[in-house]
Amino acid sequence: MAVNYANYLRMEKMPLYWCPGCGDGIVLRAYIEAIDELGWDKNDCAMVSGIGCAARVTGYVDFHTLHTLHGRAIPTAVGVKMSHPDKHVFVFGGDGDIVHIGGNHFLHACRRNVDITVVLINNWIYGMTGGQHSCTTPSSAKASTAPRGSYEPTIDVCQTAIGAGASFVARGFAGDPIHLKKYIKEGLAHHGFSLIDVFSPCPVNFGRRNKLGDPVKLMEFMKNTLVSQAKAKRMSEEELEGKFVTGILHVDDKKPELTDSYKELVNKSQDSSDYWAKYVKGTLTDKDKYSITREELKGLYPYDVETPLKEWKKI
Amino acid sequence: MGRVEFLNANAAIAEAALIAGCGFYAGYPITPSSEIPERLSRIMPEKGVPFIMLEDEIASINACVGAAASGVKAMTASSGPGISLKQEAFGEACIMEVPIVVVNAMRGGPSTGLPTRPSQADIMQAKWGTHGDHPVIALAPCNAQEVVFETIRAFNLAEKFRQPVYLLIDGLLTHLHAKVYLPDPEEVEIIDRDQPTVEPEEYYPFDYNYEIPPLAKWWTEDGKSYRFHISSLNHDKTGFPTVVPKYVQWQEKRLQNKILNHIDEIEKFEYYKMDDADVCIVAYGSTAESARVAVDEAREEGLKVGMFRPITIWPLAEKQLKELGDRVKSIIVAELNLGQYLLEVERVIAGKIPIYSVLQAAGVPIRPNQILEKVKNPEKDVEICLSDEEVKSFGGGE
Ligand SMILES: Cc1ncc(C[n+]2csc(CCOP(=O)(O)OP(=O)(O)O)c2C)c(N)n1
Ligand code: SF4
Ligand SMILES: [Mg+2]
Repeated sequence: MAVNYANYLRMEKMPLYWCPGCGDGIVLRAYIEAIDELGWDKNDCAMVSGIGCAARVTGYVDFHTLHTLHGRAIPTAVGVKMSHPDKHVFVFGGDGDIVHIGGNHFLHACRRNVDITVVLINNWIYGMTGGQHSCTTPSSAKASTAPRGSYEPTIDVCQTAIGAGASFVARGFAGDPIHLKKYIKEGLAHHGFSLIDVFSPCPVNFGRRNKLGDPVKLMEFMKNTLVSQAKAKRMSEEELEGKFVTGILHVDDKKPELTDSYKELVNKSQDSSDYWAKYVKGTLTDKDKYSITREELKGLYPYDVETPLKEWKKI
Repeated sequence: MGRVEFLNANAAIAEAALIAGCGFYAGYPITPSSEIPERLSRIMPEKGVPFIMLEDEIASINACVGAAASGVKAMTASSGPGISLKQEAFGEACIMEVPIVVVNAMRGGPSTGLPTRPSQADIMQAKWGTHGDHPVIALAPCNAQEVVFETIRAFNLAEKFRQPVYLLIDGLLTHLHAKVYLPDPEEVEIIDRDQPTVEPEEYYPFDYNYEIPPLAKWWTEDGKSYRFHISSLNHDKTGFPTVVPKYVQWQEKRLQNKILNHIDEIEKFEYYKMDDADVCIVAYGSTAESARVAVDEAREEGLKVGMFRPITIWPLAEKQLKELGDRVKSIIVAELNLGQYLLEVERVIAGKIPIYSVLQAAGVPIRPNQILEKVKNPEKDVEICLSDEEVKSFGGGE
């Protein structure tokens, strides 16, 4: 059945903010199709983004949405997820946002394996602010802050995520929306931290500076940096130099998920009979604690027991 | 009935937060605030309340914003460098109008400063630390008992005004144990954020018809789901970014006015032996306890001295300070910094009566006799007061 996109979008906020030829809309579409196939109720979905072109997605999806600070979508989402472990929590964002300024949060969310799905729109550039180079900008590619080409090495975000302990890692491409939808869908369904690193063109701020202003040309160029997992297996290390592998690169179903672990801790604490468990339950005996009566407390400097309460209630 | 315990201010804050209904804590350790998460790590899991130590102070406050925006009361705590790191998200909570409580156990600075020593040098940072125009509420209790009540009040004010609130304490309070009474939630007023009276389809998170628009819980107890957007950019009533000057200015002014129009509800202060006072000591937080002793000692010597103690630091107790100018002959401001609250007192008094000060940024508390000395010799600078023994105990060279 055809997807009713309008059911998931805030149609009154159209038209979309993105430039013609931008990949962000393709990724959003694949994402909505994935949610639709999973049959998830939008009332159970929350999405957090930081700042950037990609981060504008939260404005359009008809979920519980927060458009937060540059780089801080992941910790904000951790706050949402910890408070509502039974809800679906997602993050959408750009390479600058999630990997560069937010890199530390990203690493630790991978390590903690908190059940959040991160869709990273990796356009190799700071799109929103005018094409300054990012940690994902290919070495020697031009940017507004690298007019002679970037002199820094780039990063393979998927390898970084796997190394940091993420339990689901995939790489997709805006030029291949069918596979992209599949990866996003599996990432969403995965219980644990999932990353979908999506190569997506920014013709305006990456393309034009690199003689790739035509969106089709830029798509072609990006495609040539990618190889499928199957193909990669047959390639030598030298041939793989500078290439990025697409597909579902890593799945670990055994690693405990963060909110599950906290639930376990809660159960353990509540069942325990140690000092603090007794303390919270109010079952500490006189032997466990030093006790003092209200009478004894009266007249203690600078207040007695009742005065502060009375005074405080006056306001 | 509540219970009595022997606690330092940090532990008192942890206990009081749960009395106030805190439903989420995220933090990063730093002296002198670490006993807050240490205590919470013992009592939050038992209560089934989420507790997490994150990778830094930035993550912690952002997680609080996420939790609080979705519907729970959230708190974080830090000090010095950590509070500096939190500034951006503090402003985010201001513009998103998300209620959170930020505890600042003030220590010396700038930079790493004096980790283990008390200070009150973040008074102006509390007001102006984050960029842009924005209102601030900051409370400075003076002892562990008051810390309990002011922690509860911090949550209440945050919820009522959709506003991040600072609780300012210092290393003297946080590490001084005292007997404190921890009330039951039923014994104190606990405020929860207003909830919308309209159905989700008609709800706007920044409805123009309100001075303080209700912040809907994303998932209500009766099974409703309020889906809406909040941007950290200036936004319209739907929470969507806007640059329309009319809406931007309206939002900026409303943010200010929702606090300024309710100053009397937010202000809290104490007059101590002020009835017939000629000299008024203005002091807050732990320094006020030294000032209290100084007042008592001055009175014993027949000097007409009293104290004005603001408990609400921001918004400023402007009306009360102005009145002091009509009421006493001189003012002495005592604070553990080089003159921050002093600036505000000078601004409000505007030359009407002389203002003197005992300012100390040495990492040691102001002692009663320093204040007393100032009362007797207002024109003379007050030296740091330490015995030879004490000086030796600090070690190090000259
Ligand atoms: C703390 C902070 N630093 C810098 C900025 C400016 N800024 C806004 S978006 C952005 C880059 C966005 O790049 P990316 O995350 O890759 O998203 P894209 O626009 O490419 O989708 C920057 C640097 C900011 N908003 N906040
Ligand atoms: S600047 Fe680039 S990333 Fe941003 S909307 Fe335009 S094309 Fe897309
Ligand atoms: Mg980018």
